[in-house]
Amino acid sequence: MRLAEAWRVALDALRASRLRSALTMFGVLIGVSAVVVLVAIGSGAKQEVEAQVEGLGSNLLLVVPGKVQFGAAPTLSRLQLSDVDALARVVGDRDRVSATVTSAETVRAGGRETFTNVLGLLDNTPKVFVRSLSRGAYLTRSDVDTGRRVAVLGAEVSRVLFGERDPVGSQITIAGVRFRVIGVFAPLGQSLGVDRDEEVHIPITAAQRLFSTQRIDGFAIKAPDAEHIDDLGERVLAELNRRHPDTEFSAVTQKQILGVLGDILGVLTGVLAAIAGISLLVGGVGVSNIMLVSVRERTREIGLRKAVGAKPRDIAVQFLVEAVLLTTIGGVAGMALGLGAVWLIVVLTPLPAVITWWSVALAFGVSAAVGIIFGVAPAQRAARLDPVVALRTE
Amino acid sequence: MNVTAVEVEDVTREYRLGGGVSVPALRGVSLTVGAGDYVAIVGPSGSGKSTLMHLLGGLDRPSSGRLLLGGRDVAALGAADLARLRNEVIGFVFQSFHLLPQTTAVDNVALPLIYRGVGRSTRRRRAVEMLHRVGLGHRVDHRPNQLSGGEQQRVAIARALVTEPAVLLADEPTGNLDSVAGAAVLALLEELNAERGVAVVIVTHDREVAARAHRQIVMRDGEIVDGGNP
Repeated sequence: MRLAEAWRVALDALRASRLRSALTMFGVLIGVSAVVVLVAIGSGAKQEVEAQVEGLGSNLLLVVPGKVQFGAAPTLSRLQLSDVDALARVVGDRDRVSATVTSAETVRAGGRETFTNVLGLLDNTPKVFVRSLSRGAYLTRSDVDTGRRVAVLGAEVSRVLFGERDPVGSQITIAGVRFRVIGVFAPLGQSLGVDRDEEVHIPITAAQRLFSTQRIDGFAIKAPDAEHIDDLGERVLAELNRRHPDTEFSAVTQKQILGVLGDILGVLTGVLAAIAGISLLVGGVGVSNIMLVSVRERTREIGLRKAVGAKPRDIAVQFLVEAVLLTTIGGVAGMALGLGAVWLIVVLTPLPAVITWWSVALAFGVSAAVGIIFGVAPAQRAARLDPVVALRTE
Repeated sequence: MNVTAVEVEDVTREYRLGGGVSVPALRGVSLTVGAGDYVAIVGPSGSGKSTLMHLLGGLDRPSSGRLLLGGRDVAALGAADLARLRNEVIGFVFQSFHLLPQTTAVDNVALPLIYRGVGRSTRRRRAVEMLHRVGLGHRVDHRPNQLSGGEQQRVAIARALVTEPAVLLADEPTGNLDSVAGAAVLALLEELNAERGVAVVIVTHDREVAARAHRQIVMRDGEIVDGGNP
């Protein structure tokens, strides 16, 4: 018997018991759509994190005291503003070296207030990070040099304190000290769990006075290109170690951050896929079960087919094709359902979900494989039936 | 020219039950069915006539002795080759018709041709021709449940003959039919026997049916007691 005939025979058989075929496919359908949806969510999370890390700016080198590792307590910083000048000499361009000191403070304007991150920064921040303003201007060199009490508000901070009004020129207080608003950032969203719209930027000199400290928390250095970033990191660390022999420093690139986060999210995606895979397996067992029932029910048919010349292989192929057809039709329907669900998730929820074509292809391949694996036992049983016994069955 | 369609030589068939006990169903049977023969096998139930028919049809193998179908020794054939031999040499007609229920008359008739590798359009053409021959040209696309018992049996006869076999084996072909339909089916078998030279072997317990055959073989207790090979 040709394979094309086997497909036709199998289709006829599935059509003959529509409800049962549909229910059997349903198990596979759920499994495949679960794979597509869960992998899409995992991949979406990964892509989102990558976009956030890359959205900080390109070719960044983040330099902080202590070791960078998850779960490590932050090390008390001994870095000072004078280190900025030293690093600027190493890098060769003062505009590429950004420094920060951060504290969470209460910010008030009129009757409203918000508790938010206040960052002391240099005027070169927009040249290092990707930040654009919707109103006013950023800090200037002279603001930093003179420690002027001016502030640039994150979009959310501006909305909370001033609503839709333009805050540029208005007075606010940060920890009770008066500042003048000179600019508002365009909305940016989250980055690595930090809402970057809930920030207030002030000159680093003003921040140190406000927080009563000489320290700075760390640097962000923009390398001229990706090639020299590791080399630059080493030179920066060498300079810092020379200046602060008793402190350890770390320099991490975005690639390294992405590597760590990517690994974690990759494992997450894998776990989600495995959970979905289990439901696919259960669907496969269902297919096997139904095929065994089907072989029993159609014993007479098998006997007749053998009597008129079907070889054992013809019978095996017929039932195997039937099982594969069940799972692949279920698989295609599951893919459609999964893709639809992912689309709904993207439209209706804030979850980032991304279709990865490997997961769709894999789910389809696995569902076909499930049909073969779980179809073999029933097909063999059918092929081995003794025609004399089969014909006599009522 | 080979005039012997089926040859059985001193064949036995035992069924093994549990505990090493075996029951003999056939004890040394010899029988030759030549091309164009019209043979009836009769005998009480348990006499071994069904077992003999299964052997003649290549559905079963003898425990000992020689069984030749279309001149080929069954003992030398594997399951797949035996299936091909059945397809080429034998046509079956059963008491309970054994039509596929969800399948039209023409597709039921064409079924054996699928396993012969005949293309779809040729299959249909030959099946339709066969249905016309058995008087069912107006029932081609009917399903079995839309046909009378006599019509269903004629579909089964068409299915048995569509491969142009050497032997048509009919197991109680009139057993589920009223006398009018049964007579019509027998008349059809006899016509086909005369017209095409296909050997017809009818297994029956009905003396009247058996009496119409050219040769009667009477079985009892697993042996041929009358009408066997000279």
